Amino acid sequence: MSTTKTQIPAPSRPWQKTPREVMPTAVILLVSLLVVAAIVEFTELKGKLAYFLLFLPIGTVAQFFWARYKYGTKAAKDVIASSIMMTGAIAVFIPVISIVLTTFVKGLPGISPSLFTNDMGEASFIDPVEMGGLLHAIVGTLFLILISVLISVPMGMLTALYLTEIRGPGSRFIQFMVQAMSGVPSVVAGLFIFSAVILTTPLDTSGFVASLALSILMIPTVTRASQEVLLLIPNDLREAGLAMGATQWRTVAMIVVPAAKSGLITASILGVARIAGETAPLIFTLGGADKLNTNPVYGIQSALPFYIWTGFRLGTPESVQRSWSGILVLLVIVLVLFTIARLVGSNSKGAK
Amino acid sequence: MTLLENRSADIPAPREITTKPRFSDRVFRTIVTSVGALSVTILTLIGLFLALRGFATFREEGLGFITGFEWQQYTDDGGNRVSNLGIGAMLIGTILVSIVALVVAVPLSVFCALYLTFYAPTKIKSILVTLIDLMASFPSILFGMWGYFVLMPSAEYWAKLLNKYLAWIPVFDVKAPLFERSPFIAGLVLATMIIPIITSVSREVFSQTPLDRIQAAYALGANKWSVIKTVVLPFGANGVVGGSMLGLGRALGETVAVYTVLNIVYAPNFQVLFGAGGNVASHIISYWSDATEYETGALLGAGFVLFLMTLIVNFSADFIVNRAVTKGK
Repeated sequence: MSTTKTQIPAPSRPWQKTPREVMPTAVILLVSLLVVAAIVEFTELKGKLAYFLLFLPIGTVAQFFWARYKYGTKAAKDVIASSIMMTGAIAVFIPVISIVLTTFVKGLPGISPSLFTNDMGEASFIDPVEMGGLLHAIVGTLFLILISVLISVPMGMLTALYLTEIRGPGSRFIQFMVQAMSGVPSVVAGLFIFSAVILTTPLDTSGFVASLALSILMIPTVTRASQEVLLLIPNDLREAGLAMGATQWRTVAMIVVPAAKSGLITASILGVARIAGETAPLIFTLGGADKLNTNPVYGIQSALPFYIWTGFRLGTPESVQRSWSGILVLLVIVLVLFTIARLVGSNSKGAK
Repeated sequence: MTLLENRSADIPAPREITTKPRFSDRVFRTIVTSVGALSVTILTLIGLFLALRGFATFREEGLGFITGFEWQQYTDDGGNRVSNLGIGAMLIGTILVSIVALVVAVPLSVFCALYLTFYAPTKIKSILVTLIDLMASFPSILFGMWGYFVLMPSAEYWAKLLNKYLAWIPVFDVKAPLFERSPFIAGLVLATMIIPIITSVSREVFSQTPLDRIQAAYALGANKWSVIKTVVLPFGANGVVGGSMLGLGRALGETVAVYTVLNIVYAPNFQVLFGAGGNVASHIISYWSDATEYETGALLGAGFVLFLMTLIVNFSADFIVNRAVTKGK
């Protein structure tokens, strides 16, 4: 038996632009780039910014006229709109890339093993970077994160459960309040804890008090993220639980929460990422120590943002270098948390 | 007869059917509800404590605390405390910096959100959305340091250009050629901080545009821009406004980034390009470390004013966003 060869036509994509259609655009952009280069060369406008500022309007206008000549005014407007939006998107993403690159470029020279084993007890910020380190700040930040998680995660999740499971008469109002709370400026959270705890109770500045201030910022983040996840749990699951004769709390504890587990972990991590770099509340509540202090309840502590802040304010080359290294460590922590949150979050979507 | 008696002994008494929650459920509900009310409690407490601590200041300074352009206190020869504390200049600074941030951030975010929703290829889109989320979780001190060391040199050049060609507009005029650390640059840094907020809210609203309306527009022969202009923007306008208000709320209360970039000078300054200014939050931390007891009260009072401002802005933002989202359904 001979098999007849059937020819399968390659899937055609009539909407895709043919090389013939793309060519003019490429030529136009190239020509406008040359024009821009000529202008920069022969006039007073100089610098990278001049390229950017000239290329956008000249390229856009050239494309506009080409499209108008070829396809009419409506199409030309479409071309302009898409090029403006593209520009907007590029302008948004330049800072992100610039921020990450700058941090790595400026922070890396100050990173050394001794940085992670020493504190600033014997060194001062203006000493050469080889002396001292940020051990105390890392330990402080870990304590702050730990205590804030212990406070905020239960609070945030229970609030989210109230909003999704109980849906009491006040849930719309509480929803509103949670939104408002997520807009409380960090400085106000710090001032509040200062006036409500430090001025009112015998507690003085310490890691624990600072964690209270950070919790105010973290609770709404955790609540909103958990709420989003809990809303995704199908109602069938809840009804199935109740139909099996479970009480509401058993349904929630044994069906809803386990089903949303990875999403809830993501929510907590997002909350941690929110507070890991907060500086303003710490100024009022942490005290800022130079030595390692492993007691979060008594005595002043330090934290990475506080360390960075101190280094920046002193303004000498050495102290600023310390700040950049501190920022690099902080950024790496945030990036790691963010990646974990993404991975856990995407796993939960795959499981459904 | 005996048979029936035996039967009735076998049949259990009918279970009482009730909708009353069990004891365990009542405990569960009480705990969850009381924690749920926590946000209300905390917000009330914040307002109460700050107002209480600032009360002495409000009583002594009166309305001048809001409108006064001076921040000074000293002890005169007779040992009396003379104080003249007002945050008027800083309120002006706050509004100035926030306006710059909004003017820069809103158009960029809207373009970016439209690009992400309607133009970007799927793969690029997911990368860019991740980047936007990442940007939202950057610490504010990172923005501040980046603004000071990286953005400032170029922004200073842009400021000079603006001043050179637009100095006839009073806002772009300067008292002295001092372009570093100006409200303009602080506004740019704030803009990069609020862009992720506005972009993600706008993107969410744009992506909820009813598909049938979009397809109807395409079927009538519209191209992408016409669809955006006639269908998406009218539908999403409220969302954009609400998102911008959320961004404004963030910009009003930002402390560290503004303090890092801006040259904090206590004087009313309307000139965005001139290197002096401040906002309420940065004013609080710059006077905090060596404040007297009375001054500390005044700073807590300033925190109360800031709290009220952001609360109002955020409430209206929520209101507008919620209306925008429910409108389409």
